[in-house]
Amino acid sequence: MLVAASGAGVALVLDEPLSFWGGLDAGSGTIIDARHPQRGEVVAGRVLVMPSGRGSSSSSSVLAEAIRGGTGPAALVLAEPDEIVVLGALVVSILDGNACPVAVLAADDYRRLQSGDAVSVGDGGCIEVHPAGTSTA
Amino acid sequence: MLAGDAGPAVAVAMRLVLAMAEVSRAERLVEVTSAHIDGCLYHGSVGLDFARRLVGDGGRVRIPTTLNVSSLDLLHPEIVDLDAATQVRARSLMEAYVAMGCTPTWTCAPYQLPSRPTLGEHVAWAESNAIVFANSVLGARTGRYGDFIDICAAITGRVPYAGLHRPAERLARIVFEVPPLPPEAYRHDELYALIGHAVGRRAGSLVPAITGLPASVTEDQLKALGAAAASSGAVAMCHVVGVTPEAPTLEAAVGGRGLERLERLTPAVLRDAWRELNTVSPGAALSAVSVGTPHFSIAEFERLTPLLADAQIHRRVTLYVSTGRQTLAQLELRGWLEMYRRRGIQLVTDTCTYITPIIDGAAGAVMTNSAKWAWYAPANLGVEVAFGTLEDCVASAVEGRVVRGLPAWLDG
Repeated sequence: MLVAASGAGVALVLDEPLSFWGGLDAGSGTIIDARHPQRGEVVAGRVLVMPSGRGSSSSSSVLAEAIRGGTGPAALVLAEPDEIVVLGALVVSILDGNACPVAVLAADDYRRLQSGDAVSVGDGGCIEVHPAGTSTA
Repeated sequence: MLAGDAGPAVAVAMRLVLAMAEVSRAERLVEVTSAHIDGCLYHGSVGLDFARRLVGDGGRVRIPTTLNVSSLDLLHPEIVDLDAATQVRARSLMEAYVAMGCTPTWTCAPYQLPSRPTLGEHVAWAESNAIVFANSVLGARTGRYGDFIDICAAITGRVPYAGLHRPAERLARIVFEVPPLPPEAYRHDELYALIGHAVGRRAGSLVPAITGLPASVTEDQLKALGAAAASSGAVAMCHVVGVTPEAPTLEAAVGGRGLERLERLTPAVLRDAWRELNTVSPGAALSAVSVGTPHFSIAEFERLTPLLADAQIHRRVTLYVSTGRQTLAQLELRGWLEMYRRRGIQLVTDTCTYITPIIDGAAGAVMTNSAKWAWYAPANLGVEVAFGTLEDCVASAVEGRVVRGLPAWLDG
């Protein structure tokens, strides 16, 4: 668990790393990178699952703006630790007290996550997954 | 520091530095001799509130600290088309960083300033192109610092001893071989930008080593290569064998570390890179040409100035050159600035044309010699782009349209 907090939502699994700077419109939470396979998807309220961060070092700010503005993901799940992602989430938590959890999953568990799964991330690091199409009760 | 004995700003800064140490599993911190801050570029309320919080808490940098580009051009304020309220906030952000003792350099190329770190020196630099240049070309040691952690490193003078601060992490894990190309290919800056773009797309965050480039490669060519690789991928260090200081030989660059892959940058790979950086075809109408991403060096002005001697820029086209204040001052000293003014060429300082609204691309595409600019601008600015050499850029600015397509040495 890189940023301890809790959050839940429907998973959005990105096929490629996303640079938030230049790749995410923080005002709407929409992926705008024209070359990203998931361009047009909205990350707001989703559990954003991606391999790692990419590109510009301004990405922390864009993620932080999205989290503060309510257009950011409900939680982030990564395949490898990423400092730029953690900083964005941590600074909002220092300034505002409300945090977006950031967790890292081992490769096997990471690969099992599918877009559409209902995922909840607990602040102790526990991740619950209800695959798409199954009851979440 | 964490306990607050050095003041509340140091305590907050140390909290973030230690959080990064946890992410990177560092066992200790290491002292850094300089910092370069990217946090002065306005993205919104979080960055401004964080800087103001640090200033209010008595935050002061402990080491020489330079500032990256901002959203404003304080020397040519009329060219930035931001609303007044955003300009006020962007200006406040810049002032907050200066208030903490940072030097107002406003450049993405701190390695062009007179004082720069040397081989083996630990620094905390932000801005992806500056990071890759510091690690690769200067042999200084910096992690991939970005917003927030950059100023925390400057305030504490420390960073986690992790990643590229550790010698073993600096060894190449993936080798890219450039096969022999026609001699003219090596003379053009676009080769280096295309290689950087292709390497970034393939290396991810692995440290690459590139073989097959001539020892005559210039700092500006390495700047273009590194900036491209750090934009299309997460490359923070790139060895150029026989050129960069930690890669006198391929063996030295790789060390004892296992290689993940070896790839050949064939003409087909470079053609794909070229196509990824061009969204329009030859002949397309231009509204602007933008060079200087990263900031134009004085050596690049030495190349551009004679190209402009007899050039009459097309009336529909504006030619923008982004550069640092310190380089602008050299331009003035050489007496060249007047010619640029007379020709209507728009010099841009303190910022860059792809991060703040300067260019209106409504009347046509924008041409650049920067792979980084061509990669980011379509999404950032909503413009169509053409990529070519500096010479192509000037010729196209004169014609008002893109004069050339795929370079001849790649066509085949």
